[in-house]
Amino acid sequence: MGGYGDVKLLRDDGKRLDGRTVDEMRPVSIEAGVLPAADGSAMVTHGLNVAVAAVYGPMEAHPRKIQRQDRAVIDVRYNMAPFSTGDRIRPGFNRRSREISKVTAEALESVVLVERYPRSKIRVEIEILAAEAGTRCVGITAAAVALADAGIPMRDMIVGVASGKIEDTVVLDLDKAEDNYGQADLPVGILPNTGEIAFLQMDGDLSIEEFNLAMEYNFKAASEIHELMVDALKRRYERGDN
Amino acid sequence: MSEGQSGAEQRLVTPGMVIGPSTGKHAGSGAIAQNEEFIATRLGWLNEQNDVVSVRPINSAYMPRSGDLIVGVVAEVRNNLWFFDVNGPFQALLPMSLAPWKVEFGSTRQHLGIGDAALARVQEVDEAHNMVLTMKGIGLRRLNEGCVVPIPVNLIDTLRGENNSMVSRIRDLTDCRIIVADNGRVWVHGDADNMFTARGLIQTLVDEGHMNNFEDAVHALEQQRGEN
Repeated sequence: MGGYGDVKLLRDDGKRLDGRTVDEMRPVSIEAGVLPAADGSAMVTHGLNVAVAAVYGPMEAHPRKIQRQDRAVIDVRYNMAPFSTGDRIRPGFNRRSREISKVTAEALESVVLVERYPRSKIRVEIEILAAEAGTRCVGITAAAVALADAGIPMRDMIVGVASGKIEDTVVLDLDKAEDNYGQADLPVGILPNTGEIAFLQMDGDLSIEEFNLAMEYNFKAASEIHELMVDALKRRYERGDN
Repeated sequence: MSEGQSGAEQRLVTPGMVIGPSTGKHAGSGAIAQNEEFIATRLGWLNEQNDVVSVRPINSAYMPRSGDLIVGVVAEVRNNLWFFDVNGPFQALLPMSLAPWKVEFGSTRQHLGIGDAALARVQEVDEAHNMVLTMKGIGLRRLNEGCVVPIPVNLIDTLRGENNSMVSRIRDLTDCRIIVADNGRVWVHGDADNMFTARGLIQTLVDEGHMNNFEDAVHALEQQRGEN
């Protein structure tokens, strides 16, 4: 076993500490249109994670130097609330939030039809209200629903999911203990209709077999979450449902 | 309601959803063809007419097209032109040559100041969203009275109804002058009570537009007025 030595993450019956099986996801719920001021918004609860995403625009890109003559720029701001974890997070940008904002923006740029809105900016704000491992994936899922809610044209809705490895076993959707003391973490952004991957990061080591298994888990989870995303959007707008 | 609201059950599509095979049909707005299939790119109701498959979006930003009638609010004034906020991603430009008055260089502020609303038409839009307005034309003028009510762009057609039938009914009901501009702003002018009623009706549409019961609300008010 690698990682942190003797931290036990799998029970003797093969289940995980919180009672999930290896390919079981934490419970997910999604709601679209939660913020009245935003053009589009969504709240995603994934286990103990809570993420709210708001989309504004397309609007004129300021400052002008960030404008692109042939397409829109996507300005993502990922932020964890100071109260989102046990240790208070110092408010404001830090190295980690900058990185996540950047990878999220690049993932979203690959699905949004940015060429439809030259010189404009689409602002995506992702706020993590409560964090329990896997916030970047939850943030991406929330951003995708918020973009759809805002009426921004997209090729597909990205779903953020993660798998990892604990005690040499590949598991789906790491929780906090598994993330901190596990051996690997593989967050991906999946386009559920085409099966394309819009973003992928890997922390730790996985063999090719383990990687393939982790991706298999990820695709399975992505299609489940995608159904919830579609359902959330429909719930908001289906006739007779307010 | 006017078109396609009754009848067959409408299908709500989400971005990335496969709509159906693309053979022999064309992709309209809100849909793209990919691998012989149509994919929806927006959240909205599926619409198929004359071999064109499109998505009528539930929520969308105003995208100006030339010829649009708009209600603009002056955001910036220069010596020879005005910049208007038109509820779109970019400001629009009204040069003094296209204003309805004889404007001397430097006297633009005497005709329209910051915050003034005006009815104008989109002269041209280029691919980079540069937008020029004109106020030369019948009915184009500065709006000195009344109020401007914002509505989502996708509800404009519902508010107008077929051949403006719905907006005419509201005009008759409330005895107000109403102009529904293409950029999601409605100008309403009448006496205070009537304006209140008209704005209330429009607000019903804004709040409950996705439930397609706007006509019922107008009809209910007509009945009520008929009884009194």
